[in-house]
Amino acid sequence: MYNLIGAGLIVIGGGIGLGQIGGKAMEGIARQPEAAGKIQTAMIIIGALLEGLAFGALILGK
Amino acid sequence: MIATKSIKFFTILAVVFSSLTCFAASGGSTDTKEGQVNTPESINAYIKHHLADSHDFALYSYTNDAGERKHVGFPLPVIVWTSKGLKTFMSSEFHHNDDGHVIVEKGDVKLVKIHSKIYELNEGADHVVFDAHHHATNAHKVLDFSITKSVFGMLLAGLLMLLGFSSLARGYKKGAIPTGVGRLLEPLVLYVRDDIARPNIGEKKYKKFMPYLLTVFFFIWILNLLGLTPLGFNVTGQIAVTACLAIFTAVIYLTNGSKDFWAHTLWMPGVPKILRPVLALIELVGFVLIKPFSLLVRLFANITAGHFVVMSLIALMITLKNQFGPVASTGMSLLLTLFISVIEILVAFLQAFIFTMLSALFIGMAVEEHDHEHAH
Repeated sequence: MYNLIGAGLIVIGGGIGLGQIGGKAMEGIARQPEAAGKIQTAMIIIGALLEGLAFGALILGK
Repeated sequence: MIATKSIKFFTILAVVFSSLTCFAASGGSTDTKEGQVNTPESINAYIKHHLADSHDFALYSYTNDAGERKHVGFPLPVIVWTSKGLKTFMSSEFHHNDDGHVIVEKGDVKLVKIHSKIYELNEGADHVVFDAHHHATNAHKVLDFSITKSVFGMLLAGLLMLLGFSSLARGYKKGAIPTGVGRLLEPLVLYVRDDIARPNIGEKKYKKFMPYLLTVFFFIWILNLLGLTPLGFNVTGQIAVTACLAIFTAVIYLTNGSKDFWAHTLWMPGVPKILRPVLALIELVGFVLIKPFSLLVRLFANITAGHFVVMSLIALMITLKNQFGPVASTGMSLLLTLFISVIEILVAFLQAFIFTMLSALFIGMAVEEHDHEHAH
């Protein structure tokens, strides 16, 4: 029961983080379309790091 | 033009194959002793069984009119190191039994298979005794070097890579433009070089690490795609496999660390001296433990979660059969599985890319040499 609540909290946190990353990247690309490639790469790396954190917490919580 | 065509063809092939998973699974969905999987517990057990590694290669199983279970597939070799030495035989000798009732006698060693793990019976015991938690009390585990389904998958991926890349390499002897499979592989190799290795490791040193990055990229990608076929591989969803890959990366960046990297890790310049040991500890734990751990967990959890969702959606056709009837529930499950499988094709590529990318990033951090012109 409690680990399910914990999993929900992790997903909320990860979702906020991914939303921030994605939103800011979109803004960046809209402002500077010529830098889209670089922004996308950086976005994916940060997203992956965040994902690692969230999955780590999920696995440890299980 | 042909490159895009072959990518299209490949994608369509993958989509068709992954939708076939439905049929493969519906055939094997009556795995339990009662012959029916219809309670939430049995479906959960069924999904877990399919995520785990196994000693034989089962394509599907069914019950014939006479009420017998028939298994279609082929056995794989079992290689175990027991208390009496090395024993080898084919997994068909277990007759698909997975609860320890079929005993294989090799010389003076009695072996049983319980939940896809091979146990050796203790001296004098002639059948397995279970305690209340369903743990065997009179048997112990053996060292298992078997060619399991996952090992078979890895060998298959290795073979595919060997064939594909040797044909690509041969192509360059004839002319500058590769033909056949090479047309598909060349842009991917260039992509790994120009978008992953060069920007992250640096123009001077990236060449040394290209073999590893290319191998790890194609190994993970091919295994992820194999996991979407109805053959039911789940290799990159085995934590031992991803842990091994992460350890490779860690060993490579730790052994190739430049003088500057170790100086910055162990004795950070430009920071008050009292803080330096604390920072060194944090940096060391980060590079030795946390970075490889996040690499291995990310790949493992992504692939396992993907397989779990696909299997759960397939199980919809069983759980919703009573409410909506067989046709509607099967149709729904098929559509949803197809949808998720298409996303999984993207995830398969993305996870291979991210693993390679982060490996390159960590290697780049380790081999970087700072110019000491500017003060820190």
